Amino acid sequence: MLSIKNLTASINGTPVLKGIDLEIKAGEIHAIMGPNGSGKSTLGKVLVGHPAYEVTGGEVLYEGRNLFELAADERARAGIFMGFQHPIEVPGVSNAAFLRLAYNKKAEAEGRDELDPLEFDDFIHEKIKLVSMKEEFLDRSLNEGFSGGEKKRNEILQMAVLEPKLAILDELDSGLDIDALRVLGDAVNKLQRPDRALLIITHFPRILETIQPQFVHVLSGGRILKSAGKELATELEDRGYDWVLEEAAAGGAR
Amino acid sequence: MTSTFNVVTSQEYKYGFVTDIEADSVAPGLSEDVIRFISAKKGEPDWLLEFRLKAYRHWLTMAEPEWAKVEYPKPDFQKIVYYSAPKPKKPQYASMDEVDPELRRTFEKLGVPIHEQEALAGVAVDVVFDSVSVTTTYREKLAAVGIIFCSFSEAVKSHPDLVKQYLGSVVPSSDNFYAALNSAVFTDGSFVFIPKGVACPMDLSTYFRINNKESGQFERTLIVAEEGASVSYLEGCTAPQFDTNQLHAAVVELVALDRASIKYSTVQNWYAGDKDGKGGIFNFVTKRGLCKGRASHISWTQVETGSAITWKYPSCVLLGDDSIGEFYSVALTNHKQQADTGTKMIHIGRNTKSTIVSKGISAGDSSNSYRGLVKVQPKAEGARNFSQCDSMLIGQSCSASTFPYIEVQNRSARVEHEATTSKIGEEQLLYFQQRGIPAEEAISMIINGFCKDVFRELPMEFAVEATRLLSLKLEGSVG
Ligand SMILES: Nc1ncnc2c1ncn2[C@@H]1O[C@H](COP(=O)(O)OP(=O)(O)OP(=O)(O)O)[C@@H](O)[C@H]1O
Ligand SMILES: [Mg+2]
Repeated sequence: MLSIKNLTASINGTPVLKGIDLEIKAGEIHAIMGPNGSGKSTLGKVLVGHPAYEVTGGEVLYEGRNLFELAADERARAGIFMGFQHPIEVPGVSNAAFLRLAYNKKAEAEGRDELDPLEFDDFIHEKIKLVSMKEEFLDRSLNEGFSGGEKKRNEILQMAVLEPKLAILDELDSGLDIDALRVLGDAVNKLQRPDRALLIITHFPRILETIQPQFVHVLSGGRILKSAGKELATELEDRGYDWVLEEAAAGGAR
Repeated sequence: MTSTFNVVTSQEYKYGFVTDIEADSVAPGLSEDVIRFISAKKGEPDWLLEFRLKAYRHWLTMAEPEWAKVEYPKPDFQKIVYYSAPKPKKPQYASMDEVDPELRRTFEKLGVPIHEQEALAGVAVDVVFDSVSVTTTYREKLAAVGIIFCSFSEAVKSHPDLVKQYLGSVVPSSDNFYAALNSAVFTDGSFVFIPKGVACPMDLSTYFRINNKESGQFERTLIVAEEGASVSYLEGCTAPQFDTNQLHAAVVELVALDRASIKYSTVQNWYAGDKDGKGGIFNFVTKRGLCKGRASHISWTQVETGSAITWKYPSCVLLGDDSIGEFYSVALTNHKQQADTGTKMIHIGRNTKSTIVSKGISAGDSSNSYRGLVKVQPKAEGARNFSQCDSMLIGQSCSASTFPYIEVQNRSARVEHEATTSKIGEEQLLYFQQRGIPAEEAISMIINGFCKDVFRELPMEFAVEATRLLSLKLEGSVG
């Protein structure tokens, strides 16, 4: 589904990604872990087409197409979704109106029927149940004044509305209380299908107990230093990242 | 939805065409003779000619105001044409079918509903082309309930007493440089009179069009709502695209008696000049409402998108006890446009209330200033004001300024002012795009959200038009 080869990218002339290789197939769940500032969010933003990041080399194929030939909104309509680490607030734009426009853009691109406000109302009421969100959040301005956890819940609601093929979830778990973590983790699992894939960016193994990855990658200094199975997450929690860095410096891991 | 996209990407000013129509114009220049000519042309009574001449003589002693944060070459008042009327000179047509087909096509192209059968949800329209009113729709229906809605020139003829009673009663002819000029040379505009106890059954609307290259447009609008009457009035405007500047100096006076309510909405889309600031309308307008009676209510809503220079402060004089003044404004500037706009709320009566909501959007190299005065006079016991002034910046080279002036002379008054500045950044835009929403629609949605408190004051069709206009004007400004 997604094939990243030797991807390099920089921001304001400073290289942040220094050669990323990653293969994600349909049905797979991948986790990326790594120290602060190592480039995890950057990788996600480059994949979704953030204009501030300049791709300086390498290639990314999404469903066989050159990802960089698609504009950010085209990538989204083609099924790529990113749940942001810090979702932005947009005063005056109703959450429901935003969700409906996003839904209809995708429906239109896929040749499905668009939903009018009444139809969408029914549709969204099913979706908010999935993330246990209170109805009142639909009428509020998009993310405005939402708590950190509420913003994350809203991100997963958007994911549930758009049903992406590839979802990149950047620190979904940070700022979530224990119950919310379980609810959203379950919701993400329910949305996972054999023809979809997940890329989970996190610092904590806890979320990976609910959303269980087949692959865990350590990203540090703009490179993937180590890739292994799910057990790597727990090992990292116990031992930190230093040993991975040392191993990499010794040329032991790739 | 591709059609929306197409509209958005055709960023040229689509009202910039010139109608090739024979006009009856006076030679450029201003003098007492020109004023006498205009007055004679319109068959005015002596008192009105005197009003004009007095204003002119006063104007000669005045200097153009310099305090606004706008820079422009001062107009040469001797180069302006002060009277231009499409031929035939018949000042008013009984029906649109009598109107020159060329002129009719112009308004069709502009989307102005001049045929009653095509009218938007029953909006009565007065159409002003350069110096004269061309047609007014739905007159009989309105007359049946005692409402007078006609061109200003016609009102002078058919209701001289009303005009004489109220003309200049809110904006004296000596009020300011441009108001004085207007009082001397005004040519046409709309007159509205809503008698006691009548709620106007439909929105009234005037559509202004400047067509002549050298002509200035000096229209005069007077709206009077008697005791317990109410009316909603809409004003729209466009102009052709010339590389020289045209002057628009209008005066609008509103009078609300006891418990009367006047809602005045404008969507201003004069030609703004090109990307480099060549051409465009100089818009120097004096708009003021007098809440004369107890518990009267005047509300201004404006969406200012055009003009090279905007100098405009729709104001309320809250004379009657318990009267209410409101000002809701969206001012958008792009490229080299400059706007200095805001309001004045003068609290004179007791328990008077005012609300100011101003949203400034600046893009390109433009400059956008809010200038507002809240004045509470000594007798205005219990006066209240709330002001909210928000600015949004798009890009790096535009500027936004806020100049709130607050003068409170009564201790029981409460005046609150809030101001914010934000930016549509790439983060916000990316968020929308990441959800599959194209940039143009994203901008439109963000701007709409920003302007929501103002747009909800507009009648439905106007709100839709305003939304569309803002997106159009901002095309290509972000990302
Ligand atoms: N707009 C920017 N301007 C300058 N530097 C930036 C910008 N955005 C990111 N960076 C830098 O790029 C590097 C990678 O940042 P990124 O957000 O990808 O880290 P991360 O791995 O997601 O960290 P965290 O775990 O803290 O979320 C950091 O050093 C960061 O300071
Ligand atoms: Mg991050």
